[in-house]
Formats: sequence, structure tokens, C-alpha cells
Amino acid sequence: MSGYLGDVAALARTSLLLELRSRDTVPAMVLFVVSALVVFRFSLPADASDLAALGLLWIAIVFTAILALTRAFVAEREGRVLDGLVLATADRSAIWLGKVVGVLAFLVLAELVALPAFALFFTPLGWETVAAVALANVGIAAVGTLLAAMAAASRARELLLPLLFLPLVIPIVVGGVGASVEPDPSRYLAFLGLYDLIFAILAWASFDYVVAE
Amino acid sequence: MTAIRARALERRFGEKRVLAGLDLDVPAGGFVAVTGPNGSGKSTLLALLAGLLTPTGGELEIAVERAEVGYLAHEPLVYRELSALENLELYGRLYRVPERRERIGMLLERYGLWEARHERVSAYSRGMAQRLALCRTLLHDPRLVLLDEPYSALDADGARLLDAELAALAGERTLVVSTHDPERVRPLATEELTLG
Repeated sequence: MSGYLGDVAALARTSLLLELRSRDTVPAMVLFVVSALVVFRFSLPADASDLAALGLLWIAIVFTAILALTRAFVAEREGRVLDGLVLATADRSAIWLGKVVGVLAFLVLAELVALPAFALFFTPLGWETVAAVALANVGIAAVGTLLAAMAAASRARELLLPLLFLPLVIPIVVGGVGASVEPDPSRYLAFLGLYDLIFAILAWASFDYVVAE
Repeated sequence: MTAIRARALERRFGEKRVLAGLDLDVPAGGFVAVTGPNGSGKSTLLALLAGLLTPTGGELEIAVERAEVGYLAHEPLVYRELSALENLELYGRLYRVPERRERIGMLLERYGLWEARHERVSAYSRGMAQRLALCRTLLHDPRLVLLDEPYSALDADGARLLDAELAALAGERTLVVSTHDPERVRPLATEELTLG
């Protein structure tokens, strides 16, 4: 594989390799999401509806994603690796796309534990919720990686990222909850797909400006 | 042909003006030794030339593409949890280095890192990390070489290697080297720029 996609593949592979060696993001995400689901399990009244539980699932997913995004550019911040990558890549958006692939993989790994745990604690999940989670992952990774790169340049990065990220993922929560609880999920799944498309294009096109200095 | 042209170049960080009114003309193949005390703007100038910072005033023209710039910073710009080989493989791919395995092997041999090529950079000494940073900087055979205090952390052997490298590059490539030891590069330099 060569060219742009080769760069993306090399950068994504690097993200995964770093996580494989440090193992500090995915285990934390898994622990967090399972802990959150346990807390929710005991917080909800025994006669609470499954709809309420599905809403809480989306809260758990969004906050778990923040863990991945907070750490997305840690390795690049150390030793100013991001400067080296910015100089070396022919198209800087490859850095963003490589990171998106990495974040997406971390989210999927955490959800491989979280979704069965949710089914165990609350109610079995339908295909529409799983599809919504898959679509939401793309939007979360696309928007979140851009914001993580912006926040990485700031001294208050741990504060800045959630403050920027949470308002922008409200549509994802609306679409995800809608797809999970409404009788006709297709409208909400289409909405999530549209969100992914628009925000992925915006993030891809604007990443060059984000890392320009 | 002019490789670098700066007119009234200025860079501020907030209220603080680090560089002001700098004029600079460097012909292709020129060798500029940049000297000056701490805080005089040497690193800022090199970051501006690398394109990592944008000027806040004046004009700056660099006649080479971004991919043809080799930039050595204070930090090595490599992943600490990857090995030297993995880091150089990544950069080699991103820079589209032809026959990169051979090029990487040659540089690692030359800078005495071949035996430690599979070790993670986090286990390297400061001097080894600096040698690796030099390998990364020169990996793609850049036309414009920007070295920010390249002798720092190098032992006597490493410094001699760098002397030989600079002697080989002088005249063939455009070099801008910041240093606290101008005597070391003075025989090769075509121009000396003192900041501060």
C-alpha cells in the first residue's frame, strides 16, 4: 500500500502498536464502562423501564470515548512527535485519519465488553442499537480526534476536550437514543450516518489548520 | 538561487517579541551558523524556517518544499515507545524515501545505533536519542537542513561523526545550524548570524 492510504495505515498501525505496548487506554476504557454500567444498574429503580437503561448506555459510551480521546495524542505530545509528523506527511489529514482508525478500534474493543455487559445487567440489545453504536463510533472518532488534536496544543487539555466534545456529540446521543427506543429506527440511523458524513468531511478538511502551528 | 529570504522577520509569543526585524538571505548550498545567548530566538528562527511556526510580521520565503526540509529540534521528534527502527520505518514511509531499508540501515550503522535498533527509544540515553534524531533528520536526504544545537548531548565520537556529516553536506545542501559553540562550525559556515 502506498500514497495517502499507506500513510494512514502506517499511522494507524503505530497507534495500535503503542497501545499494545503500553496497554493504558483500552483497559481503562473497559474498566470505566463496566463500572459505569454497574453504577447505573444499582442507581435505577427495580421497576425502571428498559428505555431509561438504553439512555444510560449512551451516556456510558460517550464518557468512555472521552477517555480514549484524552489519550489520543499523548504519545505525539511527548517529545513533540506531532511536529515531526506534520513535517513528514505529504497530506496532514493522514495524521487525523490514522488516529481516527486507532480511536475507532479502541471504541470497538471497549464496546465488545460493554454491550454484552449491558445486556447482562439490563436488557438484550436489538440490532438497531448495535447499528446505532457502530455509526456513533464513526462520528465520535471523527469529531473527537480533531478536538483532541486541538486540545493537545493547550495547557488545559484535560478540561478543554470534554468542554468542546460534549456539545458536539449531543446529536449523536439524540440519534443513538432515538434509534434504540423508537419503533422505526431508520430515520435515526440515517441521521447518524449523515452526521458521520458531514463531520468527517469537516474534520478531515480542517485538520491541516488545526495542526498548522 | 536563494534558498531562504527573510525581510523584517518578526515572531511574537503573546506580548513577548522573540525575533524582530531580521533580514536574511541564504543562497542554495549556503551554511549559516546561528549563535546567540539563551532566549535570543535561535530555536524560534529554526522553527519558523521549518514551517512549524508562522511569522507574526515581515516576510519569509523558503524555496524548498516542506518534504525537503530536515529539522532537528531540541526533542528528537520520535515515539519513545517505538524502537529506532520502527520510528525510522514510519518516517521513511511518510517521507517516501526510496530504498528506505538500505538508507535506514546505513544511517543506523553510521551513527552507531545498529546494535540498539530494536530497543525502545525510552531506554536510550540522551546522546543515543540525539543520534537517532540526526538519523531522522537526514533520512530523506533533505535539501534544507535545519539543526538546532545538534552537538548537545553528543559525546566526543558523536560530535566527530556530526562534524564529518556537516562537512559532507556543506556546499551540497543548504544548512542552518544554531549552536553555542560557533568555533565548531565556523570553518564550514559561509555566514554567521548572531541573534540577541
